[in-house]
Amino acid sequence: MAEPALALVQSSPSPARAQIAFDNVALMLGGKAIINTISLDVAAGEILCVVGASGCGKTTALRLAAGLYQPTGGSVRFEGEAMRAPRREIAVVFQDYGKALLPWRTAAGNISLALETIGMPSAQREARITELLAKVGLAGHAAKYPTEMSGGMQQRLQIARCLAQDPKVLLMDEPFGALDAMTRQGLQDEMLALVASTGATVVFVTHDLEEAIYLGDRVIGLLPHPGRVGLELKIDLPRPRDQLATREHPEFLRLRRALFDFIKASE
Amino acid sequence: MILPERIKPALLPLAALLIFEIWMRLADVQSDSLAPPSAIALALAGALTDGSLLAATRDTLAAAFAGLALGGAIGLVLGIALGLSHVFDRLMEVTIEAIRPIPSVALLPIALIALGFGYRMEIAIVSFACVWPVLIMTRAAVGGIEPRLIEVARVLRLSQLDRVRKIVIPAALPRIFLAFRLAAGIALIVAVTVEIAINPLGLGAGIMTAQQALRPDLMLAYLVWIGVTGFALNAALMAAQKTLFGRAAAIGDQA
Ligand SMILES: Nc1ncnc2c1ncn2[C@@H]1O[C@H](COP(=O)(O)OP(=O)(O)O)[C@@H](O)[C@H]1O
Ligand SMILES: [Mg+2]
Repeated sequence: MAEPALALVQSSPSPARAQIAFDNVALMLGGKAIINTISLDVAAGEILCVVGASGCGKTTALRLAAGLYQPTGGSVRFEGEAMRAPRREIAVVFQDYGKALLPWRTAAGNISLALETIGMPSAQREARITELLAKVGLAGHAAKYPTEMSGGMQQRLQIARCLAQDPKVLLMDEPFGALDAMTRQGLQDEMLALVASTGATVVFVTHDLEEAIYLGDRVIGLLPHPGRVGLELKIDLPRPRDQLATREHPEFLRLRRALFDFIKASE
Repeated sequence: MILPERIKPALLPLAALLIFEIWMRLADVQSDSLAPPSAIALALAGALTDGSLLAATRDTLAAAFAGLALGGAIGLVLGIALGLSHVFDRLMEVTIEAIRPIPSVALLPIALIALGFGYRMEIAIVSFACVWPVLIMTRAAVGGIEPRLIEVARVLRLSQLDRVRKIVIPAALPRIFLAFRLAAGIALIVAVTVEIAINPLGLGAGIMTAQQALRPDLMLAYLVWIGVTGFALNAALMAAQKTLFGRAAAIGDQA
């Protein structure tokens, strides 16, 4: 396997500004170094996209940021505090929406789960559920069970459940990876609009390089065995992004080329 | 000959009953253990009308259900705990595998000394028999829950109690219900067995009384009735399972 002829870029930690900070994070699982090492800052309100070959540790890095794993070296911090466990301010959108939703609860019931957990009185829940469903384009589907919904609708529902937490950070693991191209583009724009309105920070894992550039303020590419940062690209494309204009922008094409070359070299 | 589909399965048993009846009458069999179907039917009708059969059924079912509730509850709690905690599971493994093979009826002498004749002793033995199927199946059901759901519970920061209440039990419920349905059948069998062996109440005691009174017709009527009760119990629970978990069971099958 050829090492990519790219300079390793590690953003220098600046704890004052960072909302999420990875400081020389390493993780061993089953005696194997899965991550070694990642240093990375995510600023509040930033959309950071993470790409990399399959099995390079994207999901693992996201789980570290969620507090689902504890690093075996270095530290993961949220607003300066070490992440010891998942936090209410951080919501996770899983790729396999079909497994992440409660099949015995309706759409409303699934959102209610998050509201119950933050202790919202039941009298206020219904209005909030209606509002959240409308926000993700599921108005009128409150009584449907997940199995009665399409993949795109199920993923919208999962996003609504995450928004119910009122999170400061959304961690998304290939959320649109299993959806068809049309649905995916629609959801990309809806997500950008939602995030713009809430000001949430987003860490977005994807294997779709164009999706990463289209959505992100910054894209990082991970290298495999063990997972580490191999590339960092600042995305200076105007917002709001547009499915046609943005994707035809010369800068978009340049970034796409750079990212393609990186992935090719890393494989 | 064209017959409705529902009747076909009944043809053979009906024919067998008829042949049996004719044979008993033609051969003029005198027996302490056999009686012609017509005599059994008469005895059954008699026992039903004088209330003795229904009282016995009530007694047996009361003991069986009390035992099922007690043993099932113990099995459920232990099963959930073992399914959730690998450490606890490993700690208890040897103990459980050592106790589980003990036939529940083998506990009769001890239970008799400790609790005497009556409901309490019978309930204790039925409970013991019901713990295991519920425990084993609940443990498997909880252990087999989609791990993503547990993660969802973690990232939503559900309390330990809510995790069990809102995720674990609903996710495992179809299979837990199945466990209780199987345990209900076991409860009835064990209750009647205890009654036949030793306890002077319920359907099992009814069989023994009829036998000692040299009434094979009544004895066999009890036997038929126990079969009917078991069948009805299972049919009712199956119908409940279908209405309650039609959707969830289908989802469970896909997973
Ligand atoms: N629980 C685990 N135990 C051991 N190895 C693991 C575990 N989870 C993931 N891995 C390994 O870590 C590597 C990175 O996995 P993952 O983060 O899922 O990659 P990606 O999401 O980039 O495809 C893979 O080689 C995978 O086999
Ligand atoms: Mg992954």
